[in-house]
Amino acid sequence: MKIAICLGNVPDTTTKVKFINETELDKTGVQWIINPWDELALTRAMELKEDTGNSVNLVTVITVGTKETEPTIRKALAIGADDAIRINSEPTDVYNVAIQLAEVIKTKDFDIIICGIESSDFNGAAVGGMVAEILGLPSVSSVSRLSISGSEIEMDREIDGGKEIVTIKTPFVAIVQKGIAKEPRIAAMRGIMMARTKPLVVVEPVSCESLTEYSGFVLPQPKASCKMVDPGNMAELVSLLQNEAKVL
Amino acid sequence: MSVLVYTENWDGKFKKLSFELVSYASKIAEMLATNVSVVSIGDVEEGELQKLGKYGASKVLNIVGSQFRSLDNQVFTEIIAQAAVHEDASIVILAHNNSGKALAPRLSVRLKAALGSGISKLPVSAEPFTVNKKVFSGKAFACVVLKTKIKILTLTQNSFELVEKVRVATIETFAPETGEYKTIVKDVQKQTGEILLNDAEIVVSGGRGMKSPENWGPIEELAGLLGAATACSRPVSDEGWRPHSEHTGQTGKIIAPNLYIATGISGAIQHLAGVSSSKYIVAINTDKDAPIFEAADYGVVGDALKVLPDFIKAIKEAKSK
Repeated sequence: MKIAICLGNVPDTTTKVKFINETELDKTGVQWIINPWDELALTRAMELKEDTGNSVNLVTVITVGTKETEPTIRKALAIGADDAIRINSEPTDVYNVAIQLAEVIKTKDFDIIICGIESSDFNGAAVGGMVAEILGLPSVSSVSRLSISGSEIEMDREIDGGKEIVTIKTPFVAIVQKGIAKEPRIAAMRGIMMARTKPLVVVEPVSCESLTEYSGFVLPQPKASCKMVDPGNMAELVSLLQNEAKVL
Repeated sequence: MSVLVYTENWDGKFKKLSFELVSYASKIAEMLATNVSVVSIGDVEEGELQKLGKYGASKVLNIVGSQFRSLDNQVFTEIIAQAAVHEDASIVILAHNNSGKALAPRLSVRLKAALGSGISKLPVSAEPFTVNKKVFSGKAFACVVLKTKIKILTLTQNSFELVEKVRVATIETFAPETGEYKTIVKDVQKQTGEILLNDAEIVVSGGRGMKSPENWGPIEELAGLLGAATACSRPVSDEGWRPHSEHTGQTGKIIAPNLYIATGISGAIQHLAGVSSSKYIVAINTDKDAPIFEAADYGVVGDALKVLPDFIKAIKEAKSK
């Protein structure tokens, strides 16, 4: 069984974001990481591959990005992915990214394509669903557990106030979230050494339009300073919430 | 032309979120001088469907069938896409929740329609069609132009006020052709009787400052008193003090209640990414320099274990007046 992980390259969560002319991200000093949800997906894929109880034998990571994304891809190889494909294109919008990914995926025979539910940069929550629709494959979203026994895939799908236990035939796209793996795996020294020689294939993008255009970025208005209330005067806090904020 | 809304139902019922979507659509329809149509999938009684008119729907396309009780992304996408064509929709609106996130991207490809996801406000302009959306997990806002003829928006829960209209919706039975169900549901596990975190208008949340799971009594008491849901920070759910379903933060639940009460939570950036859309934040923490106070509207420097009982007492006193 072959698993593909669509891997995003995003600024580290603690990055203080700045923009150049309010039109593009200022990349100066930004540390790049594997998108947190994709990292959990990769961790789960590695667990499945290591478990001899199933037939997972290949984990491939696929990224749309310029050469600058290669350190992040190498990190994924160091964590344990077998090989990587980089589609040599600067992502413009989510539709464009999904078209590029689908174009590569359709040339391979993956059984499960896993995407994180969203990216921590543009928070589009759309790549997985789009890839599935482009390829005409079924998709299951909000997946918080994925197990394989024999040829049967079993997943937890989060719903409002609970979960469903679902199953589906391969090939399909799993769009995964928190719970899919406990802690993201950290690359060991041996993995980092091995990652240097693992295949990282670069393919050129297909020409494709964008459906959206980011015309500008603004930082949120700084919040008015916090009104401090003395811990001995909870009646005042209640009064503020009732009469000023009007939320009680 | 029309603005089309997909209103999910929960065991045949709509909830406030459904009416938020219709209210939002109704406002956009006014901007574009057109009407709101709704697509409802699954068995919903007529009285329930009629409620949608009260928030501005002119027409409801009603797709009935017990098979639609669970979601199959392809089947639902086909239905909504056919409804969009049937209604000549220029805008399709879904919730930015589990099902909306599953369907909107597929619809975007199917209808070749640009997707603006996680929207919390009205579009900033109709021509070119431009929306504001949160990016970098809430650290910035982006202006996004949706360039296609049809546009798809997913609306964040509790971000738009209900607006009542005096309108009676016509209900039309709609029976589009669909493919077979590929997602097989083997079992459903639901929590009952509690206020769901995403639906709650008030949320009381605890962090590591609560020191141990035995100390959650006052949080639950306060939540009960206010009709609130309970939540927690990531370390608390990782430690198993509270269930994972309560984890709010970047990788947990992202919520936007009217009031978020953070007790014993320092306010790491990952936590704030999940709660910063709350309309008001109250922070109770021993460390006056904790980042939570930068995000909060009202702050109390003190031990949550000591402050909470006093807070509860003060609320009871205010309520009895």
